[in-house]
Amino acid sequence: MNRFAALLDRLAYEPRRNAKLRLLADHFRTAADPERGYALAAMTGSLSFAAAKPGIIRALIAERTDPVLFGLSYDYVGDLSETVALMWPAPPHAPEDEPPSLSEVVETLASIGRTELPSRLARWLDALDETGRWALLKLITGGLRIGVSARLAKTAVASLGGFDPDEIEHVWHGLEPPYVPLFAWVEGRGPRPVSQDPAPFRPVMLAHAIEDRDFETLDPADFSAEWKWDGIRVQVVSGTDAEGRVRTRLYSRTGEEITRSFPDVCEALHGIEAAIDGELLVVRDGRVQSFNILQQRLNRAAVTPKMMTEFPAAVRAYDLLARDGEDLRPLPFAERRARLEAFVAQAGRDRLDLSPVVPFSDWEGLAEARLSPAAAGADAEAVEGIMLKRRDAAYLPGRPKGVWFKWKRDPHVVDAVLMYAQRGHGKRSSFYSDYTFGVWRTGAAGEELVPVGKAYFGFTDEELLQIDRFVRKHTVDRFGPVREVIHEPHAGLVLEVAFEGLARSTRHKSGLAMRFPRISRLRWDKPPIEADRIETLERLLAENRTDRASEP
Amino acid sequence: MRPTDLLSITPAGLYCAPGGFHIDPVRPVPRALITHGHSDHARAGHGAVLATADTLAIMGLRYGEGFAGSTQEAALGEAIRIGDVAVRFHPAGHVLGSAQIAVEAGGLRIVASGDYKRAADPTCIPFEPVACDVFITEATFGLPVFRHPDVRDEVRRLLASVRLFPERAHMVGAYALGKAQRLIALLREAGHDGPVYIHGALEKLTDFYLSRGVDLGEIRKVTAADQAALAGAVVICPPSALQDVWSRRFPDPVTAFASGWMRVRARARQRGVELPLVVSDHADWDDLCRTIEEVGAGEIWVTHGQEDALVHWCASRGLRARPLHMIGYGDEGEVEPGEAEGAPA
Ligand SMILES: [Zn+2]
Ligand SMILES: [Zn+2]
Repeated sequence: MNRFAALLDRLAYEPRRNAKLRLLADHFRTAADPERGYALAAMTGSLSFAAAKPGIIRALIAERTDPVLFGLSYDYVGDLSETVALMWPAPPHAPEDEPPSLSEVVETLASIGRTELPSRLARWLDALDETGRWALLKLITGGLRIGVSARLAKTAVASLGGFDPDEIEHVWHGLEPPYVPLFAWVEGRGPRPVSQDPAPFRPVMLAHAIEDRDFETLDPADFSAEWKWDGIRVQVVSGTDAEGRVRTRLYSRTGEEITRSFPDVCEALHGIEAAIDGELLVVRDGRVQSFNILQQRLNRAAVTPKMMTEFPAAVRAYDLLARDGEDLRPLPFAERRARLEAFVAQAGRDRLDLSPVVPFSDWEGLAEARLSPAAAGADAEAVEGIMLKRRDAAYLPGRPKGVWFKWKRDPHVVDAVLMYAQRGHGKRSSFYSDYTFGVWRTGAAGEELVPVGKAYFGFTDEELLQIDRFVRKHTVDRFGPVREVIHEPHAGLVLEVAFEGLARSTRHKSGLAMRFPRISRLRWDKPPIEADRIETLERLLAENRTDRASEP
Repeated sequence: MRPTDLLSITPAGLYCAPGGFHIDPVRPVPRALITHGHSDHARAGHGAVLATADTLAIMGLRYGEGFAGSTQEAALGEAIRIGDVAVRFHPAGHVLGSAQIAVEAGGLRIVASGDYKRAADPTCIPFEPVACDVFITEATFGLPVFRHPDVRDEVRRLLASVRLFPERAHMVGAYALGKAQRLIALLREAGHDGPVYIHGALEKLTDFYLSRGVDLGEIRKVTAADQAALAGAVVICPPSALQDVWSRRFPDPVTAFASGWMRVRARARQRGVELPLVVSDHADWDDLCRTIEEVGAGEIWVTHGQEDALVHWCASRGLRARPLHMIGYGDEGEVEPGEAEGAPA
């Protein structure tokens, strides 16, 4: 466990993809079976522990520490698992047990009874060091956020044998933790595991952000345009195995299986004998809902019938990757598109429709369509931008150059905290509709919010009422028409702000000015402490100046 | 004599009326006793300064000769009479030259410990507990979440990273006085025998450590020409340089930071540190508590840092404790991340 913990600890701070890969590969190369297999399972989201709730952990620490000291510490650290990991007192005698291995933890938790769990957990915590305790608590409470996707972990495994990560994807869904045959195969000690999965994930094709100069070199006639919807990019696959059983699976764009979160979609698309690349959206009465609404569904831990009625999900199809066992990915886009249109019409399934093509003849015309996606009809609000796809291009995994481009409506977004609100003008004069928002920075007196901009639009009338109500309820000070609104680490309102660009400014306290900021989303779900920091904007500014081409 | 008759709080800092001197004053005074060379404790412009020879030398290096009207060396353990008061300097284990100051009169002894630590440090004399009636302690890491790990494990983590990323320079932010030299010494103990590179801002103090017989192996100052060729090297720099243009010239650097604050993840993340090393020159929570027990004082005064938790802990042990709420100390050697840039170096 301590080795796995050290890996997690390092990954949690490492921003570079290549360095993460190296750390993962080093671990997979040097850790033994089954430790490395369970590590891979943890990274790919293939482990879940129903039994361990934060309540158990709170009770354990309460038995062992002074409540005042715990309160001060928790307040300072701001994270339960971390506070407990750091504060956990050394046992009075040297611990009887060796620190548990990851395998021991995983295997024990799979079988242990509820009543035995607290004492077992306490023994483990006694035996582990601070980092080990942190990793254990994060692992069992499901709070492991270390910025490693399933795809990245599989890429690291593939690198052990010099394989392409897609080869891991091909066999992945027939495998289970701790993946001993998989490691044996990549290390050349065993046969290729046989994938029995009739509904495998196919690595997703991604787009580059389009640059101004691209328009000078690209010919509009070579491209097809379609709306980019503001949901979750998914792949839905359904097929029949050798025994005649039909399997339907839903994957995220990184290959994580999310079937269990969307039984409604999977049921509706059961047996289509195809692989579809599309966008998962919440659709009510034929109308796509904002990402906000989708997120409300994503935030719920359990899938209930009520939730499925309230937030009905559907897939809007972009591409057809396979049909009736035929791999269509080598075909040119124009050909796949024609087949997709025919397929969607013929399938006639609920919860599946076609993402329409945006007709255009020149870039100016497309720019206009992008600015006012009224052509998308009632769903205009759910349009995130435009996708450009080369008509003659095959479906290639990863992010090949010059083939697909995304042209977002809002090139930049940042999560900021509402600090001040002012009454509006005209018909909005009775509402607090002008918002000053800030991001975090480290000031002379510690963490503080620094204002970075002001926005007056971007929200719906309904959202205006919600914010207005929030402002009135949470005013902490008044200056004429301006109200100061509560903005503390754990109290306040987070606004997702979209903007067109950034510039240096000496007039603003933050030293930055935003161009055309607008509220793109209300993040009621986010505590202010998780809003962005000034460094994020600084970085954006620096990148824009030096390396515009590297936007992911 | 009551303790507050012997030492009281004034805007300039702790004041001993019977002896007519201040300890670590934050503004110029006629007579100052200085615990150690960090800039929040040792300031220029006092009339007379009494401190250890090393602390006086460090002040001279930082502020220039003539930083005080006159100076006097205090030998560790030697009693010095000032007016009706006897003072004695005892090692504090914080940085080279650091001392606690015991002040004694009328059968009452108060120990002002300045900044101190109990953990291993090959570059200075270890802390020595001094029995007293009143113990004045810092509380920089005065919360039970601050429990510093074995520094040798932290250095091992750094060296493991150097082995895994041999093409990258490892830039370690460390404060110029004490932390930087301690880290180099720990690297040597861990068997790292190649040259260690230092930022120019660390040169003067590192040379001083060398001149005092601290063995740091081969030290090279980083020059502009070297920067691209430093793949796989350990480069020690002041924390503020981690974010500078200076650091961007290195080959794909790994940014590390050696500080007790690195124990808390949110703090490390704020600074964009990729390899946080929990290495502190201050006592951690367990050592603060242990030290208070060892000196046997019935009364504890808590100076700068996280006073509340420590005062609460003392009270729960039946000790009289009070926070001094002193302003002006936020140690240069280990300020909260972000404040470092503002502090004089
Ligand atoms: Zn200090
Ligand atoms: Zn200090």
